[in-house]
Amino acid sequence: MTASKLGLDFDRVEYARGLASAIASNVQIFVENYTTVAVERTLCRLAGIDDVSENQVPLPNIIVDELREKGVLNQGALFYIANAMINTSLSPQEIAVRVSQGTLNITKIPIADRERIESVLKPIIKESIAKINERKERRESYLESLGEGPKPYLYVIVATGNIYEDVVQAEAAARQGADIIAVIRTTGQSLLDYVPFGATTEGFGGTFATQENFRIMRSALDRVGEECGRYIRLCNYCSGLCMPEIAVMGALEGLDVMLNDALYGILFRDINMQRTLIDQYFSRVINGFAGVIINTGEDNYLTTADAFEEAHTVLASDFINEQLALLAGIPQEQMGLGHAFEMDPQMENGFLYELSQAQMTREIFPKAPLKYMPPTKFMTGNIFKGHIQDALFNIIGIWTNQGIQLLGMPTEAIHTPFMSDRFLSIENARYIFNNMKNLGDEVEYKESGIIRKRAKEVLERAISTLEKIEQEGLFSALEMGLFGDVKRSKSGGKGLEGVVAKGSNYMNPFIKIMKGDK
Amino acid sequence: MSSGLYSNNSGDFDKTLDLKKVKPYGDTMNDGKVQLSFTLPVPACAEATEAAKILCKKMGLENPQVAFFKELTPGYTFFNCYGSSSVDVNFTDIHVAKVESTVMDMHDTDLFIKENVGHPLIVIGASTGTDAHTVGIDAIMNMKGYAGHYGLERYEMFEAYNLGSQVLNEDFVAKAIELKADALLVSQTVTQKDVHINNLVELVELLEAEGLRDKVILVCGGPRVNHELAKELGYDAGFGMNSYADDVGSYIAQEYVRRKSAVK
Repeated sequence: MTASKLGLDFDRVEYARGLASAIASNVQIFVENYTTVAVERTLCRLAGIDDVSENQVPLPNIIVDELREKGVLNQGALFYIANAMINTSLSPQEIAVRVSQGTLNITKIPIADRERIESVLKPIIKESIAKINERKERRESYLESLGEGPKPYLYVIVATGNIYEDVVQAEAAARQGADIIAVIRTTGQSLLDYVPFGATTEGFGGTFATQENFRIMRSALDRVGEECGRYIRLCNYCSGLCMPEIAVMGALEGLDVMLNDALYGILFRDINMQRTLIDQYFSRVINGFAGVIINTGEDNYLTTADAFEEAHTVLASDFINEQLALLAGIPQEQMGLGHAFEMDPQMENGFLYELSQAQMTREIFPKAPLKYMPPTKFMTGNIFKGHIQDALFNIIGIWTNQGIQLLGMPTEAIHTPFMSDRFLSIENARYIFNNMKNLGDEVEYKESGIIRKRAKEVLERAISTLEKIEQEGLFSALEMGLFGDVKRSKSGGKGLEGVVAKGSNYMNPFIKIMKGDK
Repeated sequence: MSSGLYSNNSGDFDKTLDLKKVKPYGDTMNDGKVQLSFTLPVPACAEATEAAKILCKKMGLENPQVAFFKELTPGYTFFNCYGSSSVDVNFTDIHVAKVESTVMDMHDTDLFIKENVGHPLIVIGASTGTDAHTVGIDAIMNMKGYAGHYGLERYEMFEAYNLGSQVLNEDFVAKAIELKADALLVSQTVTQKDVHINNLVELVELLEAEGLRDKVILVCGGPRVNHELAKELGYDAGFGMNSYADDVGSYIAQEYVRRKSAVK
């Protein structure tokens, strides 16, 4: 490790990491005993079940709802699907169709022995793993033949509500220099306990995440990537009530980046904490295996709490997200840990504090492609000043060598970006990234100056927070409102009814395979 | 392209301010200067620049200038234009619905409630419907407030409950009944395809169905909300951009007292 430009005490950093590791391990002990409706629907999809019923209900929901109604979800979907396969010689998809038509009751079939159940699943598992591997290879071969933009990657959003219009916007952005296109989801999708089906053209403030929409955008980005001679990454959102399900759809369709925070849904969508922590684990196992970069959502804390006062909660959460991700088999190179440039622009020396924190995060997580979020809270509709706020943010991005720069838009707080807003933002970032390229290599920070002091202070406060969480456990820490000033109760929020303790026949062979038999 | 920008002989107009004929101001009274930017779905070419100018003229701009253009992606060209407005506005003839209250700071509002009400007022707020944005309701309610204006949670004389985002209207009304709320604050940030209008109207209908509408002070806010729209939708007041807890807090306090004295 190179010496810290901030004079950070790396023994303290490792101590913090140890605390976070203990916190994460305790969560994991809980997680491993449970499954959820979202995890089971994900397994249905991995077994090859897709499409919707006559009444437009996704078939994975049909199977999982059936098992839940019969009170046997605790044995897991794969167990019943495999058992039905043995008895009916039908494929999982055919079984799901019959269940949806009410012509097959998979819970009433005599149970075959464990060995046969496991062996009938093997080719199914092999097939879906092969599909995901194919996608990974495709990305790798593109990266080899086309290459990619330099870091920080330029990340922009499209959010028209219509996937075909999103494609037009995304192509324009890619041609202007964007490296990552994120298709913002329609407002409210995180609270749906199913994933809609097919191509969609209506959404509010974003576009439905569906497997077909993923496919449409991925192939558009492949085309424009070939045209520009640069691989363009596609990002979506593994948050809400369908974390692992979205993850598996992304893995099957070649998505490259996924928002995937262990705590975000709990804090900002009021999703039950047990549900989210169980769901995040499997979603991360899938993302890790699929070579997807996860983005964590710590930036959101600073939109509800004060960015200066609560900076340490961002760092503490980054440590926890890192450890939970490691437990799910995600390598550090795929961890887009989040932080943000959100201090009040009226604050004296605010830029120095932002610079200090960005450099600190860089040094503490040297391998992670850090996700750096632009100002949003203090964007006022004054597009001219906003463009300068974004410029200051971009300066820190290149200076401190961030991995993923989420470009701010001058029209933040006014509307979802116009094509021209994106152009102005990309132009802003490219100008600064080129003009200040090696600034970070040239500059060191004064001993006992404002910048070094700030980093030390944030680290120490993060350590105190982690110590408290380690004592209390993550669940109580969330109940106490330690992150983003948001308090959540362990049994409150949405989706707890979808959590069940695993039964004696329960099986999820994908976790072992995807984690590389570790 | 920029010919005319430095012209000295364009001053053939009356340079005195007439509030009955107000025009935009660049650097000379009544010069009418306007800047605007837009994208046309055509490739960058001489015809495109001309199209931009024609469009400006049709929008009422005289002597339009295209200061900058750039093809954003094949078939879409972005323009920055300047021109002089040919139309004016009679400023003396304008009447806008405004929230009728005197804005007081936290201390004065607390004092006002103590003296005129004598007990804390119960306020619940939420970003309702599918809207996941809490930035608006947080700015008004959270202890910390926004841009130096403390939020209602910090007021001694408000018992403030911020229910957060994506609160269903039904749940919001249930909470209002449970807490015996005096005032309800609804924040709406996402306004694409007018989703906020339907949601705001639905809440009014629910409150009416519960017989609660007249018993509470009903306030909405958000970047695309204003007082006029709020009144139209059946709210008591609406607060748009650049409103703070001070504005909302003093309105609630004064409106509560006004209603109480009207009953007497």
